[in-house]
Amino acid sequence: MRTDVNAFLGSYPYRRVPGTSPGALLEAMDRTDIDEAWVSHLPGIFWRDPAAGNAWLLETTRAHPRLRPVLAVDPETGAWERVLRAAAEAGAPAVRCDPTYYGIGPAGPSMRSLAGACGRAGLALMLAVRLEDSRQRHPHDQAAELPAAAVRALIRADSSVRLVVTHADRPFIEEVHFGSTPEEARRLWWDISWIWGPPEDHFETLLQTVGAARFLFGTGQPLRIPENGVAKLDLLDLDPADREAIESGNAAMAGGRAEAGP
Amino acid sequence: MLIDVHAHFLHDRTPRSDWRERNASRLRAGERVGITIHVASILGSWGLTSPTYFPSPEDLRYGNDYLLRLQREHPDRIRGYVAVNPNYTDHALAEIRRCLDAGMIGIKLAASRRADDPLLDPICALAAERGVPVLHHIWQGRRRDYPGQEASDAVELGRLAVRHKSVRFILAHIGGGGDWLQTLPVVRGLPNVLVDLSGSGVDGGMLEACLQAVDVERLLWGCDLTIETGWAKLRYLEHLLSPADLDHVRRRNAMRIFPPGAFPSD
Repeated sequence: MRTDVNAFLGSYPYRRVPGTSPGALLEAMDRTDIDEAWVSHLPGIFWRDPAAGNAWLLETTRAHPRLRPVLAVDPETGAWERVLRAAAEAGAPAVRCDPTYYGIGPAGPSMRSLAGACGRAGLALMLAVRLEDSRQRHPHDQAAELPAAAVRALIRADSSVRLVVTHADRPFIEEVHFGSTPEEARRLWWDISWIWGPPEDHFETLLQTVGAARFLFGTGQPLRIPENGVAKLDLLDLDPADREAIESGNAAMAGGRAEAGP
Repeated sequence: MLIDVHAHFLHDRTPRSDWRERNASRLRAGERVGITIHVASILGSWGLTSPTYFPSPEDLRYGNDYLLRLQREHPDRIRGYVAVNPNYTDHALAEIRRCLDAGMIGIKLAASRRADDPLLDPICALAAERGVPVLHHIWQGRRRDYPGQEASDAVELGRLAVRHKSVRFILAHIGGGGDWLQTLPVVRGLPNVLVDLSGSGVDGGMLEACLQAVDVERLLWGCDLTIETGWAKLRYLEHLLSPADLDHVRRRNAMRIFPPGAFPSD
């Protein structure tokens, strides 16, 4: 079983990206032996009301059971609590918020309220550090990258908060992990899409220092080719149990399908 | 056979205390991926005693010597580019002759001087004379000057390539930072410029765009600092290309542009 927790559907506003339809995503998943994907509505991230893409996402994921919806929620729009209810009713593994793209404070009161509400609703909150390499972003694509300080603040917002952070690199992960208590760190999961493999061996180092239980298989597809995540795992001599945890077991924990471990 | 045209190694006079582990990791990962030959460079002291992209002649000589030593220790796995700083013309030309005579197979230019600067002309003339390619560090679609390097983009490399039509230029790491969409239309009309696919970037659509912009005979496979991204691109190319076309990217194009005998023959 392999679950991609970091996938998108829909077009990207800053360049042409192939493979953004549900059918194309499923083909890419077949090509890379990915059984299930948590999918977000990509254009919605850039909309004034990011939640406006949720209805389409719910309809699409109902039609394609291998895709699980990650609904978008902006805590500074009026009816944001409704998104959490809809996500819970749909069995969504998480909701997502991209505060720097929405133009709201990434660790401000509304974000802390959202994090707490997600925790109490039993939903993980997904946050992306970035979507593209900053060196190639469109000149008009000016949203800041998510600061590590915001993740540290949000995990402290409520003891029930669970965060899934995507597109983070090794320094970001280390700063948050070791800047959190062990109890807080156990409520944080990191996707592997932006972590370097050999010869720098950032991923191997993190598995030793942070532990395999904190990592989720994620690709960022179709903005990035999914082969990268698989190659990263194939370059390691992973214990089979650790590999299974990264590829699917930890996602079940983060997404609320399994009881949290010690 | 699989040839990585963009690799690096470290040595004992760099800021990295883990240099041995990083070198060993590259070779170990290369075995798993199936890399037959790593064509590598060492950029001086990697910042210890002169800047990575503005290396001193002394640091370049030490780095090149270390790479020659690695090439001797791993004759079946490592080949070298001689790295030079065009601001030191006499040293650069002498270093190129010395290292090519000692068995290196190409020239590496990083970002010490803009690619279209006349100071690069004698280096390229020597590359033509010796029949070796020039791997040039590129910032894809450079919009400004970036600290720590006098980076060039495809437009500037293109001006150099037009002046030296008999030299094969390797445009470095299309996935290595910057806007590759700016690069590809520029290289389309430059038949002596080949695109190296290395870099940490694994953008969806990038490989398709490379194939549209240049013929499959102008693509070279490589990794640079991240072997997993190189392997991922290779795996994706297996779905985009026929086995014969993929073979051009894996090895044939490299075998064509490097000197005869640079790599083991079939």
